[in-house]
Amino acid sequence: MLPSGARPGEIEVDDGFGDVEHHGRWLHNPSVVIGGGIVALVVLSGIVSIFWTPYDPLAVNPSHALAAPSMSHWLGTDEYGRDEFSRLMASSQIALFVGALSVLIATAVGIPAGLLAAAREGAISQVILRLTDILYGFPALLAAVVLAAAFGASKMTVVLAIGIAYIPVFIRVTRSNALVVLNSEYVLAARAYGRRTFAILRRHVVPNIATTIIAQMSLLFSLAILAEAALDFLGLGTVAPTASWGTMLASSQDYLGSDALLTVWPSLAIVACVLGFSLLGDGISELREARRRS
Amino acid sequence: MSADESQLSPHHLPSGGAVRGQRGSRTLGTSLRRAGLALLPLLRRLATMVVALFGASVLVFVVLNVLPGSPAEVILGTQATPRAVQQLTAQLGLNKPLINQYLDWMGNLVRGNFGVSYISHQSIGSQIGQALTVTGPLVLFALLIGLLIGLPLGLAGALRNGRVSGSLIGAMSQVGMAVPSVVAGLLLIVVLTVKLHIFPTSGFPGWSDPWQALRALVLPSFSLGVVEGAIMSRYVRASILEQLRSDYLRTARSKGLRVGQALRRHGFRNAAIPLVTVVGLELASLVVGAIVVENVFSLPGLGLLLLDSVNNRDLITVQDIAMLVATTVLVLNLLVDLSYRLLDPRLKGTA
Repeated sequence: MLPSGARPGEIEVDDGFGDVEHHGRWLHNPSVVIGGGIVALVVLSGIVSIFWTPYDPLAVNPSHALAAPSMSHWLGTDEYGRDEFSRLMASSQIALFVGALSVLIATAVGIPAGLLAAAREGAISQVILRLTDILYGFPALLAAVVLAAAFGASKMTVVLAIGIAYIPVFIRVTRSNALVVLNSEYVLAARAYGRRTFAILRRHVVPNIATTIIAQMSLLFSLAILAEAALDFLGLGTVAPTASWGTMLASSQDYLGSDALLTVWPSLAIVACVLGFSLLGDGISELREARRRS
Repeated sequence: MSADESQLSPHHLPSGGAVRGQRGSRTLGTSLRRAGLALLPLLRRLATMVVALFGASVLVFVVLNVLPGSPAEVILGTQATPRAVQQLTAQLGLNKPLINQYLDWMGNLVRGNFGVSYISHQSIGSQIGQALTVTGPLVLFALLIGLLIGLPLGLAGALRNGRVSGSLIGAMSQVGMAVPSVVAGLLLIVVLTVKLHIFPTSGFPGWSDPWQALRALVLPSFSLGVVEGAIMSRYVRASILEQLRSDYLRTARSKGLRVGQALRRHGFRNAAIPLVTVVGLELASLVVGAIVVENVFSLPGLGLLLLDSVNNRDLITVQDIAMLVATTVLVLNLLVDLSYRLLDPRLKGTA
């Protein structure tokens, strides 16, 4: 049965032979190929946009405002005559930055805390679990609103909110998966052999739960991008002139009747990016599942 | 299972033979103990939720009150004399130590008194009550739409697993999950309002005209519900697939039942258990999602009130609404946990 409060899908059992490599399987899994492809494209456009975009994403050009897609402006221009394609490219920087940093926060706290909760049953584990109970009350969006109210909205409040909101997820996933490994016979053997808890965590637990955690990180990345887009749309994140998919959506709201394409482009970018990361995460889980059964 | 739970397992209780006495008192004692056995986990779970709520309230209060700068300055503007600021600060009770301010706030909140806004001078409780008449129906409609989409789609996906149509359904729900409700909302506006003029764009006429009110809620509910349906269909599919692969269903089929019959007689009841969990958790995420969607459609619900309060630096209202949402999420989590135990007899008494 599930440990207390475990969500469906958080538990994975491992047989301890997870390290057997099956090269080539990666390329036969459609989720990994499609998801990985989209992720690579987003990362590439983010990196390229640091050095080059067709136009300056902030350059205002009133004489070309609200232009339709053409050879000079592939996706048209917005209400200030700024090039849509350049702004879409530059926005991927923000999405990647927020995604990466919030995943980093959630894992940097969640994984060690989860391991600790698994290794030290009793008081320590109880304290950690009760703290996660508190954090469960603050979904990313609510946390971001509170932080924005206190410190003023910025990219960093968004990162902090998403990162903190997903700490409990990593604690629970790490703990429940680590517990399974810790209760296995080969860990019992290692204990009998005299290995210390820390060494067992490092040599047996971490390598065994790594794939599950990586899949979870990819899924969280997709959720972070969803949350970031929503927060930027609400005006609680990235501030106005800077291009981000969420702020582009917000400003497109005034042109729903005349220039619906202004809404379509950032929408497509968000959906594609989120889909990419979630597919990649699912694919990694599927591969692991397949490897376990084989 | 963690340590605290295993302590509650039957092995740690004195065996029935240990109770010796008159027949009547023994039965009473046993039944009392049995009742206690069922109640103890419940009380324990309730206690942890109260602790979590307390922690959440401290967190909200501290985060919103750590920064220097008094709300009185915000209210009076930059032209205010220091004396006026001081007076108003005292009048609002903001010169008290933080701990007293926290206790005042919490004491009132527990008694159902949300306080008065510094900015609008209105009762926050009545503002929230008004907002809930919009947010409540919105969330319920969205859940309903999510179930209406998710249940059939998930069932079809499970029954057609391994076929092209099954994979197609899977791909559809995967894409649906990647659509933020903002995007769903804006695209629905473009197609159904701007192009086809079927629904009002935004705003809310109030419940005095129920038909117009419902019309105003259709698009917002769909923007939340369609995405929710995609998420739910994945859980439904997984849950039913698990039943389809189970031994008891194979037995049911071997005695001559068709797949549909076997599922109806045996499968659905078992598949429903994890789904109750999902519905509860998704209800919590719909409450949060409503914050965004209300802002897309300018619906005067809890989300719009929250955002307006943030923009006006009306911190007490922010504090109250944040606590209300956090409480809702935590209570839903609790109900999910309890229902799980109620629905699955195998888990009874295991906390």
